[in-house]
Amino acid sequence: MNNRVLMCGNDAMSEAAVRAGCRFYSGYPITPQNEVTAYMAMRMPQVAGTFIQAESEIAAINMVFGAAAVGARAMTSSSSPGISLKQEGISYLSACELPAVIANVVRGGPGLGSIGPSQADYFQATRGGGHGDYRTIALAPSTVQELVDFTFLSFDLADKYRNPVLILSDGILGQMMEPVVLPEPIDTELPPKEWALTGARNRRPNVIKSLFLDVALLEKLNFDLQEKYRRMEAEETRFDEVAINDAEVVVVAYGSVARICRAAVRKLREAGERVGLFRPITVWPFPGVALARAADTARLFISVEMSMGQMVEDVKLAVGGRKAVKFYGRAGGCVMSVEEVVREIRKAMEEIT
Amino acid sequence: MTDEGNNRPPREGRISPPKRVFGRPVSLKDAPTHFCAGCGHGIVHRIIAEVVDELGIRERVVGVSPVGCAVLGYDYWDFDVSEAAHGRTPAVATGMKRARPDLAVFTYQGDGDLAAIGVAELIHAANRGENITIIFVNNGVYGMTGGQMAPTTLEGQITKTTPTGRTLRDCGAPLKILEMIAQFPGTKYLARTALNNPKNVMTAKRSIKKAFKCQIDNIGFSLVEVLSPCPTYWRVSPLDSLKWIEERMIPYFPLGEVKMPG
Repeated sequence: MNNRVLMCGNDAMSEAAVRAGCRFYSGYPITPQNEVTAYMAMRMPQVAGTFIQAESEIAAINMVFGAAAVGARAMTSSSSPGISLKQEGISYLSACELPAVIANVVRGGPGLGSIGPSQADYFQATRGGGHGDYRTIALAPSTVQELVDFTFLSFDLADKYRNPVLILSDGILGQMMEPVVLPEPIDTELPPKEWALTGARNRRPNVIKSLFLDVALLEKLNFDLQEKYRRMEAEETRFDEVAINDAEVVVVAYGSVARICRAAVRKLREAGERVGLFRPITVWPFPGVALARAADTARLFISVEMSMGQMVEDVKLAVGGRKAVKFYGRAGGCVMSVEEVVREIRKAMEEIT
Repeated sequence: MTDEGNNRPPREGRISPPKRVFGRPVSLKDAPTHFCAGCGHGIVHRIIAEVVDELGIRERVVGVSPVGCAVLGYDYWDFDVSEAAHGRTPAVATGMKRARPDLAVFTYQGDGDLAAIGVAELIHAANRGENITIIFVNNGVYGMTGGQMAPTTLEGQITKTTPTGRTLRDCGAPLKILEMIAQFPGTKYLARTALNNPKNVMTAKRSIKKAFKCQIDNIGFSLVEVLSPCPTYWRVSPLDSLKWIEERMIPYFPLGEVKMPG
């Protein structure tokens, strides 16, 4: 039976969230993610969930904080300027170890920027984003199907680690329509959340807090968080490789740019060039160990991004100075063509020979 | 001494055993206070604990504490409590109550948290008519950070950031939050009370109990403002701080129930 449906990325992501058991969504209008708020406004009442159009991005993320604190699967979404406003909330969610899913349909920046697609929020997504030492798992889908699959997965990851999880979409993925297979809605009871604020019945009161005036206690929280982040690195690092084994040149790209690079790699292979594609699926944890393995055989890496060079720093860290690392990027909502990427890869190859 | 003795009629010529007439509420922990001498927070903490006990909601109440002197509410209350980012308290409470309508959700906020940085969250939660209870402790000054001007600091009042006294020209008039949100159809029970004498403390307790009842009966948004002393940053003695409330605050912030259900 063919159960594929044609959906735009934002709608598909929303439906996947509902099917993953998300029963609380609050958001604020911003392009190019407006389909999410509209979809959730329509869908949440059908599943006895809550949709709130919040007065601000700040209120939206804090409503998610409240819903998560009482044990609900909760989500918010926005686009770059709005995600900046949510950083305070994401820092608090991380410090309080509350599970939540936050989708960023990235647009051109900085400032108000444009409504075109971008990957310029990579630093923000992979380095914490708000104040303090914390990390969030950041999943970077490159197809609408992956948007569905990763959104569905993100709620389990958030609960498993009691940590916010980011979906790093962009203006292309959010707006484009592709056929997708939707997962069956979860029908099992979710594991109990003993830490949640559900009323102190037959137990001691639960407290959710991030204030530790005793600096030694706060350092201990930081040590514990770091241990959790190391566990995430060990267990949740995801990536994809195309024609990597004999590749002399490894193109590194994620999200929608990886699709463009995949086509460029195919063209170069047809022309007899030994070029492969390495695609991080989790941009944090970054698959640096796997990328370092590729550095054993490849002689050139080129990071292709819709930014002015952000992921390339992680590529350089992974390669560790052993091989040449180049960068090509577009910014502000501009998207590179396949021909452009082919040209840039050839240029980089000439430069190092 | 147990209470069992009270069941026996006192015998002629003997003193009946003492009867327990006052004790610590179950919802209040046996913890030494961190608040300054003469501070009003401890009284409001206790009132809330008594009300929670009397309404029998200790096992389904969730408090949200602010950023400010009262952030440590969970050190005193013996029920579930969460912190919130500065001013986001009503948004956090909104998320809690919508996700779990069976819980009794209240926020405890100072004038900085509620009337300055969190005024957007307050106004919109009130206007949506969220079925939550807000306890607004107004002492007209930022305590935790060392006594700066609050939105409710009185005209002429000296603080760290108004060294020659608050002027209306530079700082605007003290905000009357209660009167501001009274116009919203979504607000159901609004009252302003004070801690300057035992009678007003009893009134404050009655109002806070009504506010919680308003939520439990699913009537809607309730807020009780409590004019509370801060002798430390008013630079007066605890006794004089009570006079300050009576002579300076109450004339500007009139007491009473501004809005009642039905």
